[in-house]
Amino acid sequence: MKIFNYRLVIFALSIIFGVVFAIPSFLQTDSGKKISLGLDLQGGLHMRLGVNTHEAVISKIKTIATTVKYYADDEDLLIDGLSIDDESVNFTVLDKDEIPKMDEMLKQIKGLEVSKNDLSYTLILTADDIEKTKDSAVSQAVETIRNRLDQFGLAEPSVVRQGATDIVVELPGIKTQAEEKAARELISKPAKLELMEVDEERADQVYTLTRSQASEYGDIILEDTNDANRKYLVKEIPILNGSQVIDAQVAFDQGNQPIINFTLNSTGARIFGDFTGRSVGKRLAVVLDGKVYSAPNIRERIGGGSGQISGGFSTLEAGNVAIALRSGALPASVNLLEKRSVGPSLGADSIKASTIALVSGFLIVFVFMIVYYRRAGVIANIALITNIFIIISVMAMFGATLTLPGMAGIVLTVGMAVDANVIISERIRELLKAGNSVAKSIEDGYSNAMRAILDANVTTLLVAVILYAYGTGPIKGFAVTISIGILASMLTAILGTHGIYEALQGKISKDKDLKKWFGVS
Amino acid sequence: MEIFKSNKIYNFMGSRLPFLGLSSLLVIASIVLLFTKGLNFGIDFEGGTIVQAKYEQKAPINDIRNILKDTKYNNASITEFGSPDEVVIRITGSSSNIANDIGDEMHQILKPTGDFEIRRVDIVGPKVGGELREKGIMALALSLIVILAYVSFRFEWRFAVASILALAHDIIIAMGAISLFSIEVNLDILAAILTILGYSLNDTIIVFDRIREGVQTSKESILEKVVNESVSKTLSRTTLTSLTTFFVVVTLYLFGGEIINGFAFTMLVGVIVGTYSSIFIAASFLVQLKFSIDDFRTKEANKLKRQKEKDKMRAMYEQGTM
Repeated sequence: MKIFNYRLVIFALSIIFGVVFAIPSFLQTDSGKKISLGLDLQGGLHMRLGVNTHEAVISKIKTIATTVKYYADDEDLLIDGLSIDDESVNFTVLDKDEIPKMDEMLKQIKGLEVSKNDLSYTLILTADDIEKTKDSAVSQAVETIRNRLDQFGLAEPSVVRQGATDIVVELPGIKTQAEEKAARELISKPAKLELMEVDEERADQVYTLTRSQASEYGDIILEDTNDANRKYLVKEIPILNGSQVIDAQVAFDQGNQPIINFTLNSTGARIFGDFTGRSVGKRLAVVLDGKVYSAPNIRERIGGGSGQISGGFSTLEAGNVAIALRSGALPASVNLLEKRSVGPSLGADSIKASTIALVSGFLIVFVFMIVYYRRAGVIANIALITNIFIIISVMAMFGATLTLPGMAGIVLTVGMAVDANVIISERIRELLKAGNSVAKSIEDGYSNAMRAILDANVTTLLVAVILYAYGTGPIKGFAVTISIGILASMLTAILGTHGIYEALQGKISKDKDLKKWFGVS
Repeated sequence: MEIFKSNKIYNFMGSRLPFLGLSSLLVIASIVLLFTKGLNFGIDFEGGTIVQAKYEQKAPINDIRNILKDTKYNNASITEFGSPDEVVIRITGSSSNIANDIGDEMHQILKPTGDFEIRRVDIVGPKVGGELREKGIMALALSLIVILAYVSFRFEWRFAVASILALAHDIIIAMGAISLFSIEVNLDILAAILTILGYSLNDTIIVFDRIREGVQTSKESILEKVVNESVSKTLSRTTLTSLTTFFVVVTLYLFGGEIINGFAFTMLVGVIVGTYSSIFIAASFLVQLKFSIDDFRTKEANKLKRQKEKDKMRAMYEQGTM
């Protein structure tokens, strides 16, 4: 009699492991690692967003044009016809003697390819720089969206980059559709603040000019945020493009209307101060996401680098705009590629339904095994219960999420994990009937069954690995539970039950009642 | 308790032609169905939008239909989902606007139809749909290749081919059933098909393992007889495991809720077809492929002989007689 054999000891350890590490998940305690529920079970929002990286390149071109303009103004270089298109900045230097100075300045801008034809310049980005710009646009968008969601106050938002241009956003714990919509609005808000110069020379033509005529003068036509019929003619190249905003806070004006106070960094403050100093009497358009919020007259030089946006916000809106401005502008617009949103009540229904399926499926298998195999069935059931505990523990340890297909995976594992015990028990029965002793039947039963069980498990495991590699989201959860279930069944159904038989072997041999032990006459 | 007497040997191979005939019929019918009726691909693979709404009372499907008729969503299909107060609206298009998507629009449009809660909005754009389709096909193809390689390595190529044929048989019939009952094919159905693949392979391998054992140990040298012996001996195991899995899948089908329904249905068909094929079909392919016991035994004997010679040489070498 080998009551304490190594198999039994390992099995006992795995039972302890399974129970101890499953406790936090079962009781949902505050401390300890536990299984988190997937979005399909607890409710929440999953989105895959695509970043329009080309826009980041255009915006970089625009920034270069802004820099050239600022430099030319600052150094009193005379340039003309400064214009941009999708890929290049074009301008002409009027005085030949100023060319070396301009060249020197352009050298300081990295990633630029300068081509000159007499006095006219064409600046384009190098292919390498375009790639870099696109790449950093996506990482910056991830950073920006993450910052915004952190400030929005949802529990555990997750923002991850996927592939070259995509971002996956997951928001568990969204309760209502209104909340979900607010979060989506916050994510997608470009929050691009531009300070632009109103073209006072042609201001009276704003309602007669077409867009293409305007662009010939280097102007664009923008609408007022509150009244789409009110239009402004502003210089296409902004004075400041929002990347210099370092803070934004909601405040209230004398009329108790919400406004947003923003602060610029030192470069921004200098550019802003210089411009306002030069442009007293002109108007400055405050443009947010392509809409003019206000266009006040510049009365004096504005130093200190702060300003305000007013223009009929609701308090909630102002709050969100301020969050978006603080977190930085999106370097390019993002669009929706995929969305899965599950309301919390649907998630709760799914948990209920799959738990019922799990428990009833489990009970049927349980009873069936005992009826068919008697005590051998009881031993198999001990292994089965341990298996489920181990699945839960391992998932908890790795912080895996339990999804609806994952639940289905556990249910299936229940059906399949008893398979090993069925194969072994059948082999033992066969050997007993052939007249072998109990000890030999058990020993040979296990060794005969082993090859088949191993082959069968390895192939299923291979399929599960492929499912994991090529599956997305919930399907991965299914693959994970199946894989853990298979591996755990090696420990419980094969090793564990073998240990139990070894310990009981003497008793069974003495008993001689094979019907009681193996359900066989 | 015992279902089958373990000493009884059934003559499965004697009636293999009728069973192969039945299977061919089912496979051909399934293929015809797949080509004529086709599969009802859901949004995961085709792209599109699903909005699931639960009403306080019985869902006014006709009102919803009438209201949507006058909008750009006039091609939307509206069906009851699980219970009379719940509906699913399927729309072929998807929207790329994050802040205002089809779910938000539906919320506005459907307001006059009563009090409801939108419980699920799934939007899959064309790019993601294409990607999921690609990945799905890759997963299926890769699984088959890996299985082929593994079984060839562990058994013999004819075993591998026979098991792949049996798998193809199971999957085609399961897909035929999916087509016949117009089950919506999404990622979960793909997962179900891959699970069937693993499961049915499990069954086939257990049977093949017995055949391999029989070939090595049985006194019989006629393949049909060895196969009959082996299939009969594994019969109670095959039926038992299938029964337990069957029970579990049935409970999943009955109580798992509407969302898991398609998955459970596919599994149900798969378990039945998979069990049938591993008892009646897989080994028949092996016989049809003319697997030769004598060749196999000669090869095994040679292998053994070489191993013995090696051992003998090593022994002699170690004793210093060489």
